[in-house]
Amino acid sequence: MPEPKKKFDLPMPKFPEPDTEPFWDAAKNHELRYQVCDECGGIVFHPRRHCTHCPSLNLTWKTSKGEGVIYSYSVVRQNYHPAFRERIPYVIAWIDLDEGFRMLSNVVGVDDPASDVSIGQRVRVEWQDFEAASLPMFTPA
Amino acid sequence: MATQTRDAAIVGIHEYPQRSIDGMTPLQIKAESAVRALQDAGLNWSDIDAVYDAGDGAQGGMAGLSISEYFNIKPNVIDTTSVGGSSYEFHASHAKRDIAAGKAHVALLTYGSTARSQSFNIGTGGRMTAGPPTPLGNMESSWGMTLISNYALVAHRHMHEYGTTSEQLAEISVVTRAHAMRNPEAKRAIEELELLPGVREITVEDVVTSRMIADPLHLLESCIISDGGGAVIIASADVARGCPHTPVWLLGTGEATKYSEHGGDITTSAAAQSGPTAFGEAGVTASEIDIAMIYDSFTITVLTILEDLGFCKKGEGGSYVEGGGLYFDKPGQPALNTDGGGLSSNHPGMRGIFLLIEATRQLRGDSSSQVPDAKLAVAHGNGGMLGSRHAAATIILGRD
Repeated sequence: MPEPKKKFDLPMPKFPEPDTEPFWDAAKNHELRYQVCDECGGIVFHPRRHCTHCPSLNLTWKTSKGEGVIYSYSVVRQNYHPAFRERIPYVIAWIDLDEGFRMLSNVVGVDDPASDVSIGQRVRVEWQDFEAASLPMFTPA
Repeated sequence: MATQTRDAAIVGIHEYPQRSIDGMTPLQIKAESAVRALQDAGLNWSDIDAVYDAGDGAQGGMAGLSISEYFNIKPNVIDTTSVGGSSYEFHASHAKRDIAAGKAHVALLTYGSTARSQSFNIGTGGRMTAGPPTPLGNMESSWGMTLISNYALVAHRHMHEYGTTSEQLAEISVVTRAHAMRNPEAKRAIEELELLPGVREITVEDVVTSRMIADPLHLLESCIISDGGGAVIIASADVARGCPHTPVWLLGTGEATKYSEHGGDITTSAAAQSGPTAFGEAGVTASEIDIAMIYDSFTITVLTILEDLGFCKKGEGGSYVEGGGLYFDKPGQPALNTDGGGLSSNHPGMRGIFLLIEATRQLRGDSSSQVPDAKLAVAHGNGGMLGSRHAAATIILGRD
């Protein structure tokens, strides 16, 4: 679902940045990617070249179903950055994806962020497409 | 107590008194503070053989080198650990280590900032929007997470897990403001910086009805943005015994980092790792502490750190801070942030040095909210972002 047109663009991922470039390449196809270690099975996120659980450099990209729960959140009511100022109030949240990794994102698609968002709430990914990147945001499932 | 080592002590301190500093650079504030701290310690530039610097005011990116030339010192130990507001507790920890190892005898820590004059929006600006690409910048810059909203993530989770309330968190702001009103420099800051709701003590009601900045954190739960600076001189036992003031010994130190982990608990901070190391080295427990100088970027920072340092159990911070036990004149609990803290005295961006300075004042008997016969203090610095990644160091201080 395209975001309603705003005057200022959100900050976008910047490249070259080899750790995260494959994540954002897949995001263009609305695939939410994470890495799993071939040696120990540990999950690596944010993306890196090395396993953070064992001394391994062999990681495989997987695609998440994009479903999870809100671990915690805040409703941002003040931000001097012009792009975020025109989006206030908005929700930032730690999302615990069902595959076992935690990521920062926004919770969108709610009428009143103060009353319609809660910890433990089930959410699913909702892609927002911009010229520079597709951003994985989350909406109540 | 028998195993306690007394090999390094704070012998000189200075807190730059102004909160709005016209026409001075951070380097000048650092140097003036160093001069005043040297006068306080009865020492000279030539006595300094170790320098610790977080890179504030570094020229040409050369922290450690440029500061040595600016001061005209020739240190044998140069440490440029830079971990935000906790840098100065790391520096104190390293100074104790280096002095105990015989590598240094007189260590200088300085800080200077004109954050307010330069109108930095520390808590509510956009994050990671400038500079070269980084992995974390690419994963986090698009969501609009301000500094305060990051801390708010911890507050919400703490409320969810333990039933902590905004009214309980507000108690931290209330006691800190009361201490600030007793500190002439903090009181002047409240006036000059026109802090809400005016030059007076505040109530829980004032705090919870102040503007919501990032749910569930209100304006009066947030540190102020000021200019400022200071200096601390740490010396070996031999040097310290010849200085004019009572030595304030560094009895124990601990350091840690904390960052986001899958399934991790963000209501527990790095203090849970640094605290036991510091208390263990000092051979004391939280229940013996008279003065708690706890980094108060926001109310939730103090609440979680008090729990993590062992002043109360995890989850019981809300009831621990209720009832006024943290005032300087209430026995039974430690006195909290007796200078007025970052919430109501000064916060130029990296507040850690002021925790060491006020702890030293208390143990010398010089605080504006003096705890009678204060013997033991803890200074705990937290730098970075409580809800995602931060560094922290704990220093236990004591006098003879």
